[in-house]
Amino acid sequence: MSNSQKLIEIKDLHVSVAETEILKGINLSIGLGEVHAIMGPNGSGKSTLANVIAGRPGYSVISGDIVYKGSSILEVAPEIRARAGIFLAFQYPVELPGVRTWQFLKAAIDAIRKGNGQEELKIRDFDKLLEEKRQLMEMDPDLVRRSVNEGFSGGEKKRNEILQLALLDPSLALLDETDSGLDIDALRIVSHGVNIFKSPEKAILIVTHYQRILDYITPDYVHVLVDGKIVRSGDSSLAMELEEKGYDWVKDTAGKEVTP
Amino acid sequence: MQEASLVLNKYEEDFDNLSSISPEWSSNLRNKAMDTFREIGFPVRRKGNEKWKYTNARPIANIEYSSAKFEEIDLDDIKLIAPWHESWINLLFVNGHYQETFPGSLSTNIQISNMASNDLVANLTSNVGGIMDYSDDGFAALNTAFMSDGPIITVPEGENSGIVINLIFFNQGLSDTVNYPRVLITTGGNSIVSVIENYVGGSGDQTFTNSVSEIYVGEDATVNHYRLMNETDDTYDVGYGRVRIDTNGAFNSRSFFRGCGIGRYDLNVSIEGENASCDLQGLYFTNDAQHMDNFINIDHVRPNCQSNLFYKGILAGRSRAVFGGTVLVRKEAQKTNSVQSDKNLILSPHAEVDSKPALFIYADDVKCAHGATAGNIDADTVFYMRSRGIDLEAASRLIIYGFAGEIIDKVEIPELRSYLAESFLTSLPSHKFEF
Ligand SMILES: Nc1ncnc2c1ncn2[C@@H]1O[C@H](COP(=O)(O)OP(=O)(O)OP(=O)(O)O)[C@@H](O)[C@H]1O
Ligand SMILES: [Mg+2]
Repeated sequence: MSNSQKLIEIKDLHVSVAETEILKGINLSIGLGEVHAIMGPNGSGKSTLANVIAGRPGYSVISGDIVYKGSSILEVAPEIRARAGIFLAFQYPVELPGVRTWQFLKAAIDAIRKGNGQEELKIRDFDKLLEEKRQLMEMDPDLVRRSVNEGFSGGEKKRNEILQLALLDPSLALLDETDSGLDIDALRIVSHGVNIFKSPEKAILIVTHYQRILDYITPDYVHVLVDGKIVRSGDSSLAMELEEKGYDWVKDTAGKEVTP
Repeated sequence: MQEASLVLNKYEEDFDNLSSISPEWSSNLRNKAMDTFREIGFPVRRKGNEKWKYTNARPIANIEYSSAKFEEIDLDDIKLIAPWHESWINLLFVNGHYQETFPGSLSTNIQISNMASNDLVANLTSNVGGIMDYSDDGFAALNTAFMSDGPIITVPEGENSGIVINLIFFNQGLSDTVNYPRVLITTGGNSIVSVIENYVGGSGDQTFTNSVSEIYVGEDATVNHYRLMNETDDTYDVGYGRVRIDTNGAFNSRSFFRGCGIGRYDLNVSIEGENASCDLQGLYFTNDAQHMDNFINIDHVRPNCQSNLFYKGILAGRSRAVFGGTVLVRKEAQKTNSVQSDKNLILSPHAEVDSKPALFIYADDVKCAHGATAGNIDADTVFYMRSRGIDLEAASRLIIYGFAGEIIDKVEIPELRSYLAESFLTSLPSHKFEF
């Protein structure tokens, strides 16, 4: 394994929702500069993992720990995690009626800057930055003037998530099925946005069902999550093998591994 | 019942005092209205009182109010509490009495007279009381019995200077007083006018504002009507808007309410000409123990007309809001197109709204829809914002402003829109999130 510095370490994490255990002992470390992909059947707990890292209320961590930049974040509020550099691109981005994209992003970037002891961004500088990222994501200028995600198409919402990633420039990007529902051009644009973000000081966790995004963003590691557990990890060739053979194949082999 | 008669004695005394000074044209109206008020009193019956089902008028009926007297107010104090722009015609009334007109910088042929003046020609006064039917409504009868002052705005045919008339009814907040603003707006054919009515002021003492506005929208005329209520918790406010729309006329109304102790606005629009329309939108905020009741009726009398009724409410504390919106489509009113909706954002588990949109359709070829919603701030929405670094307080502000913005953005007078966004909205009581 790589000896790069760890950005986040998930240790034997057990999580339940409404009395049901969803994550059943996850171990995962992501080092700086790394790209990890998580694949797995519907309902296996991929979004749960991403959301728990981002601090979504409603999940109970039964045992285990999440250590980010050297300290446990289990008790840390989501906005504080965001200010410390954790970013979740939502599987289902939320519509904010009446809240203009401009206003929302300005509030976000200023909150993050203030949390890091920086001044608020001047309006002119913010406008420049937003325009640059909008062009990067090839978004219609009209979209940033509208209410956040309201009336956006599925693909536009996903692009808007990556626009936010580019703008807020976090340390850890959790991309929950950002590729789902994208047409070929949008997939290229989104992947380009993620690749520009990628750097030795950052890390990326991609949740996906498809090999195709991994053709653009090559993962260093691929993990297969089945029923709340990582049953197999490998390099990028594992994704291709999965595409070919389906999850039954890992389920079978996983079964063999865990049965004494 | 001793107490109640004591209260009524006070009104009788004030009525006699007013009668000795009021001009003849109004005496006739006033006497009749006082007779009605004596007969029906306040709408406090518990049974069969459908119009006041969700609002208890008893606290208002039980206080011995006396008519508020005029006192001159410094303009700077007014500008703190009401919208103001140099280009508008600004009229200031204090405690229901006229103080001053600031004619504004634009020229116009609109005629503005004062009901209190002694030399009004008959054709100006003949329309006063022409729409407000007070026969089954004690508060409206009371206003008519006590009307003594207020603007009569006459917009001549073809007038379209784009002028804004800003009426400020400032209640100084003198203990146990009632003030009776009265407005009449008449518009000639093909004219356009914008009028803002402000009911503002109050104090920590009990006061009561009881207003009536009558508005005639002429053929092919447009009236853009704005109404702001911003009073204190110790103020009660019962207001009436009565509107008649002629052929091809349009009445656009935007109303904004910061809850007072008990607030009620009874707006009744009668669409009496073909191809006419009304667009009524409103926003109400209530907090603490405030109560706000919007009682709205739209009457489609003629065919080929449109009405849109769209209100939003934000409720905090232990407050109550009532939305009663009724659209009546008469048999003759074919091809009516009518939509109504009321949406509420409930910020506290102790706040409640009674939202009752209703449709009565007697024509067979119409397009009508109505609906009401009430919901809390959505947890997914808040998490989405927090995941971008925005804390709970800032998130709630963005959500509330976003919710309110949908109505505020529809205000077409830019200075008023920014006033509403900056002063009206930012002074919203802060509240704590409860999840
Ligand atoms: N709030 C909740 N209440 C009850 N069950 C939940 C809740 N959230 C998630 N679950 C359950 O947890 C399991 C894992 O859900 P999760 O969304 O993490 O799956 P996923 O791997 O992301 O699936 P998909 O590929 O369909 O997105 C599912 O069975 C789901 O029904
Ligand atoms: Mg998922």
